Amino acid sequence: MSFSAPKLCVAEVSMTFKTPTGAFHALAPVTLSIPQGRFVSLIGPSGCGKSTIFNIIAGLLEPSGGRVLIDGVDATGTIGRVGYMLQKDLLLPWRTVLDNTILGMEIQHVPLRAARERALPLLHRYGLAGFEYLYPNALSGGMRQRAALLRTLLFDTDVILLDEPFGALDAQTKLKMQEWLMQLWSDFSKTVLFVTHDVEEAIYLSDEVHVMGTRPGRIIASIPVPLARPRVRGSTLSPDFLVIKERCLELLHLDPTASEPMNAAA
Amino acid sequence: MSVQDTPTVGAMAGLNRPQPKPEAARPTAVRRLPVQKDWPTWALIAAQIGILVGVLSLWEIGARAGWIDAFFWSQPSAIADTMKIFFTAGDAWTDISFTFRSTIFGFLIGTTAGSLLGLSFWWSRNYAAVVQPYVICLESIPKLALAPLIILVFGIGLMSKVAVATALTLVVSTLTAYAGVKALDADSEKLFYSLGATRLQVFRKLVIPFCLPWIISVLRVNIGLALTGAIVGEFIASQHGLGRTILYAGQTYDIALVWVAVLVLSTLAVVMYAAVSWLESTLRKGVRQ
Repeated sequence: MSFSAPKLCVAEVSMTFKTPTGAFHALAPVTLSIPQGRFVSLIGPSGCGKSTIFNIIAGLLEPSGGRVLIDGVDATGTIGRVGYMLQKDLLLPWRTVLDNTILGMEIQHVPLRAARERALPLLHRYGLAGFEYLYPNALSGGMRQRAALLRTLLFDTDVILLDEPFGALDAQTKLKMQEWLMQLWSDFSKTVLFVTHDVEEAIYLSDEVHVMGTRPGRIIASIPVPLARPRVRGSTLSPDFLVIKERCLELLHLDPTASEPMNAAA
Repeated sequence: MSVQDTPTVGAMAGLNRPQPKPEAARPTAVRRLPVQKDWPTWALIAAQIGILVGVLSLWEIGARAGWIDAFFWSQPSAIADTMKIFFTAGDAWTDISFTFRSTIFGFLIGTTAGSLLGLSFWWSRNYAAVVQPYVICLESIPKLALAPLIILVFGIGLMSKVAVATALTLVVSTLTAYAGVKALDADSEKLFYSLGATRLQVFRKLVIPFCLPWIISVLRVNIGLALTGAIVGEFIASQHGLGRTILYAGQTYDIALVWVAVLVLSTLAVVMYAAVSWLESTLRKGVRQ
C-alpha cells in the first residue's frame, strides 16, 4: 500500500436542504479518506445521510460545502467518475442481461461488439453463464443483483459505491453474495465504499467501518478491521470480530445481546 | 355488566338448543362448483351464422310481407343488389381509398406528433408546466366541434379529413406518452447520470424505450378515432369517401346505399383494427416490459 494521495477523499463535505420549515442539515462536515484498493463500509441508522454522501460522491448532488477528490483531483459535482450501484438493481427490462451489463460502456461510446466481448467472459466467470441472453424478469433476486454489480464493475472506474446491494435478499442468498463480492473485489482490486444496515456484513467485508450518527448526519467513529484476509465465515465468531461488532452496536445504541439470536440463525 | 351479559347468554343458549337440526340438514346442503361446459368451435360458429341468417331472413320476409317499411329500412335483397352496383358501376374503390387514406394519414400524423409532444415534456419541467394546461384544454374541447372550422381552413379535399383525424388522435397520444414520462423512475435516471450519460443518451436509451409500451397501448384507440375523424370530415364537406356516400344516400332516401356504405365502412374498420392489433402485439414482443 502506497502513501500517495488517497484514491477517494471526501473533504469536509456538508449538505443542507432548504425545506419550507427552514434549513435541514442532512450532513455535518464529513471527511473520509480511502486509499486505493480498500473496502470501506458506512453503517448507521436510517436518515443518517449515507445515501446523501453517495449521491454527492457520484456527482448527482452538489454539496453545500466541501469537496470530493478522486486521485487528488477535484471531482465535486462531476458525473461518470465512480461506479454507483443503487439499492434497486434498476436493470432495464427491455435489454438482455448481457446488454444490461454493458450499459456503462455503451454510454461511454465503447462499440457494442467490443463491449459485449468484454462482458461475456465476466458473466461466465461470475455466475451468470446461461443467463446472458435472458431478460431480467427471468432472473432471481440474487442473479439480478449480480448483473447489476457486474454492470457497475464493467463501467470500469477505480471507485465503486455500493448502496445496500444485498438489503433485499434473503439471509442465505446474502451470505453467498458476500462471498461472491469478496471474490470480485480481490480479482479487480477496486476501491469500494459500501453502505449497509447489517453490522456483521460491514465488518466481515471491510478493512474499515465508519459508524454514522444522525441529526445531522456525521461520522461518529471509524473502526479499523484488522482481521486477516481471505476471511472465512468462522472469523465472524472470533473474539476479535465480536469485540468490533460489540463496539459498533454500542455506537449505534443497540444492545449487543439483542443480535445474538441473529448470530445463531446465521 | 351482568345485566348486559344476561341477554347475551340467553341468546347463546337459544342458539345452542336447536343445534342438532342444522347438523342433520348438513348432508343435503352439499354444493358443487358450477361448471360450464364449453361448446365446440363449430357449434359456436354455427350459432353465430344461424343468428345472422335468421335476422336477415326475418328482415327480408318482413319487408316483403309489409310488416317492415322497406322505404325506411330497405331490405337485404335490395342491399345486395346495390352492393353489386356500388362495386361494379359505382365509386366504391375511390371512396374506400379516400376514407382509408385520410384515416391512415391522420392516424400516423396524430400518433407520431402526439407521442413526440408527450415525450418532449421530459426535457424540461418548466416547459411541461407551461404547456400542460393547454394540452388539457385541448383534451376537453370536443374536437369534432372544430371540424367545420378545419374544413374551412383546409378545404374540402383530403387534407381537411386528415386534419380532423389528426386532431382527434393527437391529444390522446400526447397525454398517454406524457403519462409514460411521468411514470419514469427517478432512480433509473440517476443510474444513467451516474454512468456519465448525456441528456440525449438518457432520452434515447431510457425515456423512449420506457415509454414505448404506453405509446403502443394507444394505437388501437387511435385507429378508431382517426376513422371517426375522417368520416365526420366527409360528413361536413367532401366530394369522395364512404362518409360522404352515407350522407348523400341518406339525403336522397337511398337507404340501401346507406347500408352498403356502412357495411363497407365497418369492414374497413375491422381490417384496420386487426392490422393495428397485429402491429401492437408485434411491437410489444419487440419491446418487452
